[in-house]
Amino acid sequence: MSTQPLTGTGEQDWQDQSEVFNGTADTGLRDARSSDGNDTRQIPAFVFGEELADLAEEDPRIVVLTADLGRASRANDFRERHPERFFNTGIAEKNMITMAAGMASAGCVPFASTFASFAALLGAEQIRTDCAYPRMPVRVVGHHSGISLGFYGTSHHSLEDLGIMRTIADLTVVAATDANHLRAVLRAAVDHPGAMYIRLGRGRDPQVYETPPEVRFGRSLTVREGGDLTIISVGSTVHPALEAAARLGEHGIGVRVIDMYSIRPLDREAIERAARETGRILVVEEANLTNGLGTAVGEVLLELGLPGVRFRKHGVPDEHVPVGPPAALYAHYRLDAPGIEAVAKELL
Amino acid sequence: MSIATPVRELPGRSKVPFEVLEEKARFIRLETVRLTRIAGAGHYSAVFSCAELLAALYYRELRIDPREPAHPARDRFVLSKGHAAIGLYPVLADLGFYEPELLESFTRMGSPFGDHPDMKKIPGIDFSSGSLGHGLSVGAGMALATRLAGHSANVWVMTGDGELGEGQIWEAAMAAAHHRLGRLRVIVDANQLCIDGFTRDVMAVEPIDERFRAFGWDVHRIDGHDLPAILATFDALPSQDHGAPQCIIADTVKGRGVARMELSPDWHVGNLVGQDYDDVVAELEGGQG
Repeated sequence: MSTQPLTGTGEQDWQDQSEVFNGTADTGLRDARSSDGNDTRQIPAFVFGEELADLAEEDPRIVVLTADLGRASRANDFRERHPERFFNTGIAEKNMITMAAGMASAGCVPFASTFASFAALLGAEQIRTDCAYPRMPVRVVGHHSGISLGFYGTSHHSLEDLGIMRTIADLTVVAATDANHLRAVLRAAVDHPGAMYIRLGRGRDPQVYETPPEVRFGRSLTVREGGDLTIISVGSTVHPALEAAARLGEHGIGVRVIDMYSIRPLDREAIERAARETGRILVVEEANLTNGLGTAVGEVLLELGLPGVRFRKHGVPDEHVPVGPPAALYAHYRLDAPGIEAVAKELL
Repeated sequence: MSIATPVRELPGRSKVPFEVLEEKARFIRLETVRLTRIAGAGHYSAVFSCAELLAALYYRELRIDPREPAHPARDRFVLSKGHAAIGLYPVLADLGFYEPELLESFTRMGSPFGDHPDMKKIPGIDFSSGSLGHGLSVGAGMALATRLAGHSANVWVMTGDGELGEGQIWEAAMAAAHHRLGRLRVIVDANQLCIDGFTRDVMAVEPIDERFRAFGWDVHRIDGHDLPAILATFDALPSQDHGAPQCIIADTVKGRGVARMELSPDWHVGNLVGQDYDDVVAELEGGQG
């Protein structure tokens, strides 16, 4: 048995992951991927319940469900203001998702939330059969996605959710990037037809958008312009991709960064434009490289058949992740800003 | 919560006498035999076990309106044992939800009527089903939402007994009792068989009554082919927004009405041809219910 540490120490945040379960992040810790010590009020999980509570003031259809993670997701903020429309199913995710579908059939717009690993893997069949197939307006919210739960291990990681969810017909698959983006996603989700899977990060994702951007499912947001390379990313990796782009920019390399928050339907036009205009496409995602966003973008590029386009997908390789705090794992897999910068240079 | 505006008042519960319901149960069995011939294979015996229950529900108990299938205050029925849909489709046609002629397309390419029901294609189907173990969760959600909306709607769910092996059933049973969904009613069609044999041999589900009682449900156990008993039980159920959910265990015989199919594991899915078809039709026409 070896105790040799793997690459990446993640000293910045290894001390305390308790906020995952109690929903508070006032640990004074800085996210290892953020260079600016982000404001803890501006992190996605923390506006989830608050934004829905605001929306519910005007819309009696909105209900919120959790499976014993109302503290972690801050869904409890919704409970504070709309207790009659908040339902905690206890540790019973399958029942939560199907019950939400039953509520949707009777006129509700339910937001059913739990860790992404449980929502999308344990609840995959319920999402397909009870939400997507009958086109129920259920919004399954998978928070703490990817490897953001760090040393809690594979049972709590969701590296497969994008791959599974994007193969389900009639399901809209979206990832929120930061707090403002999450607000925009939730607002746009209320009246969106059919079922949705909304992927959230850890709740510590640094700010990308100063205000809620215009979100349209099937479109993307170009958050940085550039002509030499395009990084297409989603959710938690958009911010480090932007940091990497900025570093490359200091060396005269123009990097476009696209927030491809709508994984399904995909913004094919933005992909084609990026391929034609920059000739190099790097997809960065906190997901297993099998069948994630990178695969989706790669499929589009193959079909386009544009000559001379260089393409690489970058994420977590097809393996179970070792034990480690999140920042160490991001460094290990080169999903932090320096890592993305290095991968981008390889493509250049 | 104001979600949708009803166009008209729901009709009251009908007072159809049980002799008529016996005829309707026979109709359900005969139509199942007829439609199965179109498909070339079908779930006869799982319908035959619940024919009286479906007749009692649809011709007497449910407050529904074929002219307004999506009435927000209507009673709901979730056929969690979705493979019995072939017995429900003719009932909905008979009640006027759609033209009976449409049933001729049963299972043919592009038909709305598959082996398992699709709520998006068939008026009167309150929820799609097919994957066992989901329906009680659906019903719990419906009961929560209709109560939230201020409707006095009863929500009925029909499961099989083998289906109770699905863990999600017990997640939902726990939630229904926790939320005191007094208008949620599950009928367990305890027809004794799953696909591979008797449930007692494959996976023991009994004592179903004690199990639901332990989860906080009121439990009633009846002969599921005895129409007067079914009606008396339905009539005696409490109607309250907050209270114990109601479980009706209907002891039934899978394949009831056709001797060769009764309690036979060979007839979960089957296809009658030639003289066998005629014999079974004659047996149903001449026999009880």
